[in-house]
This record gives sequence, structure tokens and C-alpha cells, in this order.
Amino acid sequence: MNIPWLTALMVLPLVGSIITLALPRSRPQVVKAWALIVALATLGLTIAMALEFQADATAPFQFTESYPWIPAFGISYSVGVDGIGLVLVALATVLVPVVILAGWNDVDDQATKGYFALLLVLEALMVGVFSATDVFLFYVFFEVMLVPVYFLIGRYGGAGRTRAAVKFLLYSLVGGLLMLAALIGLYVVSAQQLGQGTFDFLALVGLDIDPNMQKVLFLGFFIAFAIKAPLWPFHTWLPDAAKESTPATAILLIGVLDKVGTFGMIRYLLPIFPAASDFYAPLVIALAVIGILYGALVALGQTDMKRLFAYSSMSHFGFIALGIFVFTLQGGSGSTVYMLAHGLSTAAVFITAGYLMQRNGGSSLISDYGGVNKVAPVLAGFFLFAAMSSLALPGLASFVGEFLVLVGTFIRYWWVAAIATIGIVITAAYALRLYQKVATGPTAPSLEGLPDLTAREKLPLAVVVVLTLAIGFFPGPVLEVVNPAVERTLEVVGVPAPDIPQAAPSGGEAP
Amino acid sequence: MIGTGAAMLSDSAPVLQPLAPASGVFAYLWVLLALPLFGAAVLLLGGRRTNRWGPYLGCLTVITAAAYAIALLVSMMALPADERAIGQSLYSWVAVGSFQAEFALQLDQLSMVFVLLITIVGSLIHVYSLGYMEHDVDRRKFFGYLNLFIAAMLLLVLADNYLLLYVGWEGVGLASYLLIGFWQFKPSAAAAAKKAFVMNRIGDVGLSLAIMLIFVTFGTVAFDSVFAQAGQASETTLTWIGLLLLLAACGKSAQFPLQAWLLDAMEGPTPVSALIHAATMVTAGVYLIVRSGAIFDGTAVALTVVAIVGVITMFLGAIIGSAKDDIKKALAGSTMSQIGYMIIAAGLGPIGYVFAIFHLLTHGVFKANLFLGAGSVIHGMDGQQDMRRYGALRTAMVVTWLTFMCGYLAIIGIPPFSGFFSKDDIIHAAFEKNWIIGVCGVLAAGITGFYMTRMIIMTFFGKARWEDDVHPHESKPVMTIPLIILGIGSLFTGAALVYWGDIVGWLEPVTGLQEEPLAIPTIALEGITLTVVLIGVAIAIAKYRSTVPVEPPPGNLLTVAARNSLYDDAINDALVVQPTYALSRGFVTVDDRVIDGTVEGSASLVGGVSRRLRLVQTGFARSYALLMVAGAILVAVVLVVVRLS
Repeated sequence: MNIPWLTALMVLPLVGSIITLALPRSRPQVVKAWALIVALATLGLTIAMALEFQADATAPFQFTESYPWIPAFGISYSVGVDGIGLVLVALATVLVPVVILAGWNDVDDQATKGYFALLLVLEALMVGVFSATDVFLFYVFFEVMLVPVYFLIGRYGGAGRTRAAVKFLLYSLVGGLLMLAALIGLYVVSAQQLGQGTFDFLALVGLDIDPNMQKVLFLGFFIAFAIKAPLWPFHTWLPDAAKESTPATAILLIGVLDKVGTFGMIRYLLPIFPAASDFYAPLVIALAVIGILYGALVALGQTDMKRLFAYSSMSHFGFIALGIFVFTLQGGSGSTVYMLAHGLSTAAVFITAGYLMQRNGGSSLISDYGGVNKVAPVLAGFFLFAAMSSLALPGLASFVGEFLVLVGTFIRYWWVAAIATIGIVITAAYALRLYQKVATGPTAPSLEGLPDLTAREKLPLAVVVVLTLAIGFFPGPVLEVVNPAVERTLEVVGVPAPDIPQAAPSGGEAP
Repeated sequence: MIGTGAAMLSDSAPVLQPLAPASGVFAYLWVLLALPLFGAAVLLLGGRRTNRWGPYLGCLTVITAAAYAIALLVSMMALPADERAIGQSLYSWVAVGSFQAEFALQLDQLSMVFVLLITIVGSLIHVYSLGYMEHDVDRRKFFGYLNLFIAAMLLLVLADNYLLLYVGWEGVGLASYLLIGFWQFKPSAAAAAKKAFVMNRIGDVGLSLAIMLIFVTFGTVAFDSVFAQAGQASETTLTWIGLLLLLAACGKSAQFPLQAWLLDAMEGPTPVSALIHAATMVTAGVYLIVRSGAIFDGTAVALTVVAIVGVITMFLGAIIGSAKDDIKKALAGSTMSQIGYMIIAAGLGPIGYVFAIFHLLTHGVFKANLFLGAGSVIHGMDGQQDMRRYGALRTAMVVTWLTFMCGYLAIIGIPPFSGFFSKDDIIHAAFEKNWIIGVCGVLAAGITGFYMTRMIIMTFFGKARWEDDVHPHESKPVMTIPLIILGIGSLFTGAALVYWGDIVGWLEPVTGLQEEPLAIPTIALEGITLTVVLIGVAIAIAKYRSTVPVEPPPGNLLTVAARNSLYDDAINDALVVQPTYALSRGFVTVDDRVIDGTVEGSASLVGGVSRRLRLVQTGFARSYALLMVAGAILVAVVLVVVRLS
């Protein structure tokens, strides 16, 4: 069983992307169909891989591959996934075909080739960033990913696209630079302790770094991650980027790429800098809770729906970061499920918003809409589902994530959980306010005769809806692969979870 | 009522019944949920294809579920009283470390009566809706939502743990949201739907936190294990859990201070008001408290607060119901008030739990009857809901009138009709615990007599005050037959449950019962209550017998306040809504000007970045490549330096 699964998952879309460029520009339909085929093949490969995954394996990573890259600096091409990585790789490879199908007509024919080629490149890089087990390799993916996103925003986005793209880039570069500095510091420490410097993740986890040094290095990584999955107050690039992106770009950016930040926290910060993680936990938790409430309140005051989604995401990232930094199994697993769920609900909101905008001259202003339900009930129905997914209705995937995060938080700091729970009220207020303004009431004159969804448009949404419900009602398979990975991480952190009484055996239940 | 907490627990706490595995007819318990869920799925996904037969399918699934529920009841009655709790575990749902929540159902005596109420009243209302919604273009969707509601409500009462209950709890909230806002093109309906959902979310904060606290305290969220350990938890903890559960109940059951959404919810089609906002969903809060009786038994403080909330809401609803001219809003006020009675009963502890459920059942029947009757009137009056535009309808709508009168006799508690049994039991139990609450209950019964009499006089008696082009007519049999069945039910449910069903004995294994000698003779109390009710009736007759002006006359301070629902919206607006929006606006400004401004400002300050930005923008591909190369060189240099050092 030595199939290089993860490399194949990167090579396939990359090669697909190169072939895309070779296809005739005059045949955009061929280009799109090809991109879709490649994305579906990648998804198929991911599913095949996921079926091979052993939830109860003792090795920390599976499907590992390792080849020396720059041996002089202890840098290698090493990949592998644990349950957390697997879930996020799966999220990426599910969402790419979804956004290709949903964004079929996002750009005009001239731009089709470049756009879809970039989406496939981005897919390869997303797989890479979630499966790298060499920290330098992770850093390279982390930075190189900026390139396709920069072009996806700057070339294919809305009117203010260049400004938004540059803002995104500068923010990310600042974060990347700090991370680089910390990375080098980490390398130096490893060189001191092991005699030979390394970037190998497991070797770095095994280091015994001086707590004060940890505190310094932690910050370099943390700021990079806090910019990527924007925590308050590092978030102001996100609303601009979300507003100017095409829906497909926004979904991959917010739904998947931003998860690199929270993924980085649970994968790298906690196990490599356990003492510093413990030290900074109160600060991170404070930022997370501020983000939950602040993001939700600012979302309530938005006049533009894409900016609203950006602030709503910021609020949700607060939940994810909170779950990671309370160091409980429920918190960590909840955060991971929430990452997945948030990817799905981001897809739902941006796809439906994209369909609306396409039908209304590209406007994302909430006041340009009204009464959509009357003319396009199916579209409005999906829009409502998206709102419900974002407010974490029990029975949907986001509820499992959100509730586990809150339980995991409550175990350690009940009052923090109590404050964060207030977020669920504000979330309901902005999500339903948006639906009310867009879909109900008298139909806006400009929307009369607005066509409802076509079969091609329904399909990607249907996929998202089914997955959201499936994970909401049957989160078992996801939790089974995620729990061991989180457990391992928390063992390294070594902050004992508060005591919870053991459940008394319940009597006489049917088997 | 206070101070007997711990002692009470030992001698009267319900003996926890072991859950028997679901076998025989119980083996298909999950089908109860699956039937309406299937209906909802077909109707909502099937699209226009299902327009023609969809509504019938919607009715069929619920009627089948009702038939199965009756079969379950028969089987359950054949079992010994302490073996009637059935458990069916379907699969492990959310399992993370010690946090384990199963997708598991539990059918015991308490769930059983709810299942019967939901499916039987639900069936009648489905059938009624065939007529009521006949001309609505979206009626397929309407039946889809109704089916969804039934499925969620059944999950709520069948869940065997708090987390799964939460799914049903929000599921009915979603269905309620969809149905209040069913006529979405009406801005008022859409606003009312949102208001209901958001206010319920405040209650959900309570439920969420209660579940977390329960887990941290007991290490489980499953009912049987939690209740088995409830006695070991500290009183403070139990009080907190109790108060959080009460907050949840206040949201769902429209109790003070979260009551303001219920009157607006009347924007929904009338069958919805009958099913969701009178008979079933709004009583879920009562279910939650009674179900959690083992927790409340250990906390006299929480029980007291429950009772106080009940008393406040009982009066609030009754006063509002006395002043509203919109027939549905008057009934909604009445619903609040009647649920107030149930909450009071729940707040009395084990002595009251069973009466809370008893009143819930009789109220479910007679209030559904009254709402559907109101719907029939509205239907016949071309959508008119203002009672000042009614009058003299008893001749035009005989069946509706007669059945409405059944509901009327039941709700004001004329012996031997339903409300007489259930309401008097609550008042009686209240006197046992605390005479002040008892007196309040009697007074509110008087107000009930007043507002209900006012309603029937304004609607069915006196002179016709119809608008010109209105020609009231009796509804079709598809609507009147459910009315007749419910009318008969209104009259006799109470007596049937007492004399034939032995509701007290039936529920005792779940709720426990405190037998105490009655200090006040039953007959005397009944006499006093009935007298007060009749005084209320008499005042209403005196006041509305002669003329009812079409324009509401200027009222005194209380009347004006009651017409404005005691200013609940204004209060919420001033205390919560406006501050929240102000905060929101403030943060938007902060975000744009301060946080983003600082970032962008410092960026340009540091190195004229904005000028360079423009450079980057002009030839962005080239410049970026340059930037990357520069970065890569930097990395290489640093690495080499580190390596050399």
C-alpha cells in the first residue's frame, strides 16, 4: 500500500491546470468541462484515500512520503495527514468542483482559461499546505498560495479588486515574514539541541524549547495565523477581499485558505510551543471572544452582503480559535468540525449570493434586493438554508462544531462559554435580518421576472446541503478520525482537562 | 411552596423507571418521526409535481402516525405501570471523549400523552387546512412545513437526552419561523417570523448553557443518568440548571420576559396559530420543566422563580387578551395566560407537574378548537380579524358558533367541561403550597371569564357590524368536521382523563406525586372559583351586551396599555434592540475608521506604501515576481548565515 496518495492529489490538479492552459481559448466550454473533470478526479482520489485512512492507527501521520529536498538545511519534502489534515484536504477537494460548477459563468469567455487554471493550481497548493509535515515545506505552500489568490482577486474580481488584492497580499506578506523569522529561530533552536538543524514536524515537537524562547517564536507564527484566519484585530483585509472576489475565489479563500490559520494553530502552535500556548491562551481566548461578538455585531450593521459574510466568518473564526485554545478534547474536535462546517456554510452563502448578484447587475448591496422569495423560491430557499447553516441550527454540521466548542470551553472557563454563547443570538439576528431584507416583502421592481435556479446551478448547492445535513446528523465518521489527532495534540500540550464526573451507566437501554 | 425541597425529594421523587428495550409494536418507534419527515421531504423537494396530491400526502403521514400512536398507547396500557418506559437507541450521534450523545428515543407515559396530542390534534389541523388553505398557491409548501413541524415536535418529546431534545427544540422553532412568515410577501409576517426566531434564540442561550452545565455536573446529557444523579448535585448547581432551563422555557412558551413574539406570531395562517402557537409548540417549555422535574425537585429557588414567572405571565396574557380587538391576538393573549397556569403548576413541584401536563392536554384541545373556530370565522369574513367588525355571526355560522361555545365553556372552566378539571386542579394545588398563588389563579380565572365572554359577544352576538361587501358563510365540512371533533373533545377531554384515563395515576411514575391531605375542601374552592369566573362573565355581558362601537373607544390607562400589549415591544426596543444596534453602528465605525484606518494609515506612514502600492498595481505581475525573488533570496541568505554561525 505504497501509493503516494498526497503527492498524486497535488500533481493531478497541477497537471490538469497546465493542460487547461494548452486548451483553445476560443472553446471556453471545453476548458470548463476539463477543469471540472480534473476536480472531480481529484475528489475521487481523495475519497479513495480517505477510505484507506485508519482512524485507530497509532502512527501520528498516514500516507506519509518523505524525500530530501535541501538536505544541507534539513529540509525535506515530507507529507502525511492526521485526522485533522485529512478532513481539511477533503474539504478543499470537495469545494473545488463545487465552486467550478457554481462559478461556471463567473468570468467572461476571454478570462475562462486563466481563471480555471488558477483554481486548479490553488487546489494543489491547498492539499500541500494541509499535508506538509515539514514546517519549511508548509511555509513554502503557505506563501506560494498567495500567488494564485492574488491573481484570482486582482484580475477577476470586482471594481475595487486591485486595491483589495494588494491589501490581502501585504497583510499576508507581513504575517509570512514574521512566520519566516520564527521559523528560522526554530531551526536555530533545533540545530542547537540536535546538532543538526531540522524542519521535520515530529522532530520539532520533540524539542525541549526554553519557555521564554517559545514565547518569542510563538508570536511569529501566531500573528501569521491570526491574520490568515482573521482574528480581531487582524481582520480588516478580509471584508475588502471578500467583497471584491468572485464567489468561487471567496469560497476557497474564506472557506478553505483561511483555515490554514486555525489549522496552523492546532497543528503547529500547540504541539511545538506547548508552554507558550499555555501562556498566551488567555490572550488568544480574549481575542477570540471579542471576535465572536464584535464580528457578529459588525455583521449586523453591514449594508453589503459580501462584507456581512466576511464579518460573520470572523465571528466564526473566533469560535474555532476559542475551541483550540481551551485545550479540551471537545474544544479541539469541535473546532475541527467547525472548520469543515464553516467551509460548507461559506460555500452556501457565497454561491447563493453569487447567483443573486449575477441576476441583479452584480450588486451586493442588500438594499438592492427584496422579495426574491416570490420570484425565485428555490434560490431563496437555498439562501435561507445558508443562513440557517451560518447560525448553526441544530441538525446541521455547524451546530456540532459550535456546540462542541462551547462545551469544551465551558469545561474549563464556564464564564467564557457563557459570554460566547451570546453570539448565537446576534448571529441569528444578522442572518435572518439579511434573509428578511433580501428575500421577503414586496419584490423589488428590478427583480421582477428574475429567473430561478437552473439544474446546473442547483447541483453544487445540493451537494453542500446534503453534506451539511449529513455531518449534522451523522458526525460520527468525522469525529472518529479527528478525535485521535486532537487527543495526541493535547497530550503534547499537557494541560490536564478539568475533571468531569463519569457518567453513571444508564440502565437497560436497548442495544 | 418553599423549604420542602430536600425532604420532598426522598419520599416523592419519581422512582426512575428503567428503560425497557423497544420490542413488539414499540420496535418501530422511529417510524413516528420518519412518517412526517418523509412527507416534508417529498413535499418540499418534489416541487410543483406534487402540488395536486401533496397536501393529501401531508395529511396521510400525520394520520398514519396518529394511528400508530394509538396502537402504541394500547400496548403501553397493557404493560405494568412501572415497565412503561421504552428506550430505542438508534446510533451514536455526537461522541467526543466523555461527551456522548446518542440519537436515541424514549417513550414513556409523559412522551406518550404528548405524542397523542401532537399527532391527533395535528391530524385534525392538517385536515382543516385542506379547506383553509385551499386557494393558496403555495399550499403544498404549507403542508410540507406542517409535516416538518410534526416531525420536529415528535423528536422534541421523544428524545432521550438533552442534546437531541435541542434538535427538536430548534426544529420546531424553524418550522414556526417558516410558518409565521408563510406569507413572506407581507413585511409584517416576515418581521414577525424573524422576531420569533431571534427571541427564541435568547431562550436557546439558556438551553445551551443548561446542557453544558448538566454535562459538566453529571458527565452525561442522557435523561435517565442525569435524573438518577440529580440528588447528588449541590443545590446551587441545580438552581443554576433550573434557571437556565426556565430561560429556555420562557423563550419557547412565550413567558415573561420573552413573551413579546407570540402576538406577532399570529401573522401566520390560522391553522398554524392553532397547532404551533396554541396547542403544541408553545407548551414545549412546560414539557422541558416537567421532564426535568428531578432537577427542579432539588432547588426550591428555581421552582419559586418558575412559579413567579408563571403568575406574571398569567396576568399579562389575560390583561392583553381582554383588550385586543383582533380575535387571534386576543386568543394569543389567552394562550400566554393559560401557559402561565401550566408554568405555575410546574413551579409547584411534584404536586403540580401532573396538573401542568393535564392542563396542557385539555388546553391543547380547547385552544386548538377556539383557534380553528376563529379561523373559520376569519375565513367566512374574507380575512377580517377585527372583532369590532363581527357581531351576530351565530346565525350565519351555526357549526362554528356551537363548537366555539364548547371551547368557551371549556376554557372558562364551567363544570363538567375540560378546563374545570384541569384549571381547578392547578388552583387547588397552588393553595396547598402558597395561598397567594392560589388567589392569583382564582383572579386570573375571573379575567379569563371576562375576556372569553367579551370575545363571544363581540363575535357571535349583538348586532352585525360587518363591512359592506362581506357575506359571512359557514365553512365547508372539511373544516367543520375537525371543529366538531375538537368541540366534543373540548367538552369531555377533562372528564375523560380524570375518570377514564386516570391521568394522575398514569403520569405518576414519571412526575412523582405528593399526596397531602387537602386543607381546603375541594367543593368550597370550586365554588369560589366558579363564582369569580361568573363575575367576570357578568361584567363582560354588562359591558358589551348593548353596543360595540366599530371604532375602539378611548380607554383608561390600563386599557390603552393592554391594547399595546403592555408596551412589551417598546420595552424590549429600549432595553435590548436599540442598544444592540447602537453598539453595532459604533463598531462598524470603529472598524472602518480606527482599526482599518490605523492599518492603512500606518502602512502609508511607514514607507509611502500607498505610493508603492500603485507601483505594484501598475505592473503587478512583474513587481510581484520581483518581490517573491527578493523574499526567496532573503530566506536563502538567512539560512546560510544561520548555518555558518
